[in-house]
Amino acid sequence: MQLPTSTEIVEDLAFFDDWEQRYQYIIDLGKQIPGLSAEAKTSEKLVKGCQSNVWLDYHLHDAKFQFDVDSDAVIVQGLLVLVLSAYHDKSAHEILDFDMDAYFKALDLERHITPTRGNGLRAIVGKIRQIASVV
Amino acid sequence: MSFDVAAIRAQFPLLQRDVGGKPLAYLDNAATTQKPQAVIDALIDFYTQCNANVHRGAHHLSDEATRRYEKSRDIMAQFLNAQHREEVIWTSGTTEAINLVANGVGQLFKAGDEIIVTELEHHANLVTWQQACKRSGATLKICPIFDTGELDIDAFDALLSENTRLVALPHVSNALGTINPIAHISKKAKQKGAWVLVDGAQGIAHGDVDVQEIGCDFYVFSGHKLFGPTGIGVLWGRKELLEIWPVWQTGGEMISDVNYQNATWGDLPNRLEAGTPNIAGVIGLGAAVTWFSALDMKAMQAHEQDLLEYATNCAHKLEGMRIVGTAPNKIGVMSFQLDNAHPADIGFILDKQGVAIRTGDNCAQPLMKRLGLPGTARASFSIYNTRKDIDQLFEALKKAKQMLA
Ligand SMILES: Cc1ncc(COP(=O)(O)O)c(C=O)c1O
Repeated sequence: MQLPTSTEIVEDLAFFDDWEQRYQYIIDLGKQIPGLSAEAKTSEKLVKGCQSNVWLDYHLHDAKFQFDVDSDAVIVQGLLVLVLSAYHDKSAHEILDFDMDAYFKALDLERHITPTRGNGLRAIVGKIRQIASVV
Repeated sequence: MSFDVAAIRAQFPLLQRDVGGKPLAYLDNAATTQKPQAVIDALIDFYTQCNANVHRGAHHLSDEATRRYEKSRDIMAQFLNAQHREEVIWTSGTTEAINLVANGVGQLFKAGDEIIVTELEHHANLVTWQQACKRSGATLKICPIFDTGELDIDAFDALLSENTRLVALPHVSNALGTINPIAHISKKAKQKGAWVLVDGAQGIAHGDVDVQEIGCDFYVFSGHKLFGPTGIGVLWGRKELLEIWPVWQTGGEMISDVNYQNATWGDLPNRLEAGTPNIAGVIGLGAAVTWFSALDMKAMQAHEQDLLEYATNCAHKLEGMRIVGTAPNKIGVMSFQLDNAHPADIGFILDKQGVAIRTGDNCAQPLMKRLGLPGTARASFSIYNTRKDIDQLFEALKKAKQMLA
């Protein structure tokens, strides 16, 4: 899966001056990734958030984590791309070192990562960090 | 008499604010209502002028706090047309009130008994009875609905039997807005000797609730959906029943005599109100009811129906929009789906345009499954909403459609 880097995303988003362009960008990112096949969407891969379902799958390649995600909400899917751009094809060490809160602050999207009820995005960050910390 | 919405809106300070530079269209009233200045003032006044514990102090402040606190009970009893003031029991909300009943009279259930709830249930009125059945060995029966969101009354009749101990149902469905025929159901249940609990969380703010006219045994609701503070609610119950109640929570206030090995219980209402109550909440809720009761109920209901009708017409004109819950008898709740748009996506894009709605399972997962939906987006209207709020909603929805296409 080819993803933009987190640095590229920060730059891209800084370029837009209204919410509509920013959200359209996130929607388009969400539409770009292939997602998971219906068979791959098993309950073990489900990361439950209150507002939409999120599935996470991964494997290791040369000690680097390869992630696949899917969500039934396209904005959530786009936000997942933002998260994965920081975590995909990275080592456990790199994953655990990455400051996701600061990244979302830089993206001006803190609302999506703050611990409000039913926030699937925070759940996925937690899940990925947990995966990285047991390896 | 016309309904002066502008004058009502002006009494709600929060409605004057904007959200991210956009005027706020607050359409999440089924989750909680905003508070009028009268309620905010009552809370400030309590804490600045007469904060003290109730029923116990030998001093002026405690007397005054107790008087205000008990005055709220009178106001509430009158508002509900309860026969006795001690039938009004303060709880932290609908959820606690249902749990109080389930742990009170619920202790009397046994194997072979049947409890009937409906497919419409909010988790609070489903899980609580489901668990009470597991504890007692009673059986939970589910009254089905039609696809419109109306209860299937014939099916209800078929479920009702000599074994039915309790029927628990919502006055109004939070997810679909359906107004249920609670008086009719109460009458039928009483004929079989069953108790009836009405979950009034969504019913209380939309019309005149008269518990004697309804004929139920328990009516429960939350103050925060009735323009009052959070953390306070009401269990209204028939006195004869509340008196046979095996107590659940014990502690200060609810006892009569105590020694190290035994205790006896006090009288209603204290018997069911263990510990220091939410005094400010009770006083704030009293202020909310006083404020609300002064409104012209008929005009208020007409205004809400006008909003619902206006919104429904707009929905029919928006291609790809489908209303979920189409019972003829509804309050101002519009659950809906938009083609190719997940409710969460709709919620995010509406939020950016100052429109506050609820998205998701509406705390009714089994109902969503029954309807074959992952969830809905839900706009819910209150007395201070206007057609302008609804126009803002539909402008925002058109934008969402276009962005998600
Ligand atoms: C029908 C219904 N029942 C129960 C509740 C629970 O109310 P609370 O959370 O205030 O206890 C709600 C609130 O959403 C409701 O709509």
